[in-house]
Amino acid sequence: MSAVQPDKSKLYHRQVPATWWLKKSTYFLFMLRELSSLFIALFLVLYLVQLYQLTDGPQAYVAFAHKLSSPGWLLFHLVVLLFALYHSFTWFQSTAVILVLRIGDRVIPREIVTALNIGAWGLISLVILVLFLALKG
Amino acid sequence: MAESTIRLNVTRYRPELDRVPRTQSYDIPYREDWVVLDALNHIKDQIDGTLSYRWSCRMGVCGSCGMMVNGVPKLTCASFLRDYYPREIQVEPLVNFPIIRDLVIDMSDFMDKLKSVKPWIIRKEEKPVSQGEYRQTPAELDTYKQFTQCINCMLCYAACPVYGLEPEFLGPAAIALGYRYNMDSRDQGRDQRQGILMSHDAIWQCTFVGECSLVCPKDVDPAAAIQRTKVDTTKEWFQSLLLPWGQK
Repeated sequence: MSAVQPDKSKLYHRQVPATWWLKKSTYFLFMLRELSSLFIALFLVLYLVQLYQLTDGPQAYVAFAHKLSSPGWLLFHLVVLLFALYHSFTWFQSTAVILVLRIGDRVIPREIVTALNIGAWGLISLVILVLFLALKG
Repeated sequence: MAESTIRLNVTRYRPELDRVPRTQSYDIPYREDWVVLDALNHIKDQIDGTLSYRWSCRMGVCGSCGMMVNGVPKLTCASFLRDYYPREIQVEPLVNFPIIRDLVIDMSDFMDKLKSVKPWIIRKEEKPVSQGEYRQTPAELDTYKQFTQCINCMLCYAACPVYGLEPEFLGPAAIALGYRYNMDSRDQGRDQRQGILMSHDAIWQCTFVGECSLVCPKDVDPAAAIQRTKVDTTKEWFQSLLLPWGQK
């Protein structure tokens, strides 16, 4: 037996407005997460350009690095840092959704998985920072 | 003392009369223990019998009374007036679906997609009844139990902007149910579902907005099912690439 189908010619189709992502905070935060990739990509391109300066010698590299210390570039890096932090935070939140960790029969709550990930990330970042400062000094 | 009232602004669309949907307002008595569905039933019974909408069980099981309540996909049988009072309540048909009439949407696209993932246990060979049931440990049940709670209410489709923008997307509930049967230790139909689940219009369309899981009235968490399917299929792809002789 086949189901009764509605008269397709009488259906009313609604369009998704271009501003759909402004209608809910969760949609907006999702778009911010997607946008964060763009800023991280821009940073990586800039970093590659900076490294490329080494082909013209150390002085070219230092001159380029000096240019990046202008207020405009500092602001750009601050924005990139904020997006990178947000991107990383959402990444660890997503990881907790996908990873199902158990202790015996009990599933470890997502909040704890996220916190463990963020803790490990913070610790590794701290080690890298200390090593960087030690090597620099 | 005058009786308290609450205003419902309800979408009306009668194709024989309306070219586009319009909003009709109804003032109804405010009862603290009424849900939005009770309010719609009051309108239908006492004020305007022409109003059309779907409902059945009135207890959050049948999944047929899903509508947009103040812009959020909700089961109207579980949305209390007291959570909105004294504000007005906007009741619309679920977004991302065509409207048949008033609050009734066309669900045929969802039904076709649901059927495509074969949401039933598939056995390569059925054993005779005399050999007893297919046994399962509590741990095996636990891997998919959450996903059995889906009531096909389609709230997740209304919450999903990807489905709204890309209607060919298989969608949250259908993928979650495909995952549910793939994870069932009694099932042997994974190979038959993977073609659909791994296709361009299925798991890889999902950008993990996550709203489907937030609106799910049964805590099914379709977003988790989709992301886990992505990880599983990626692992399988790498295994087939690196260990082609290890294929079943």
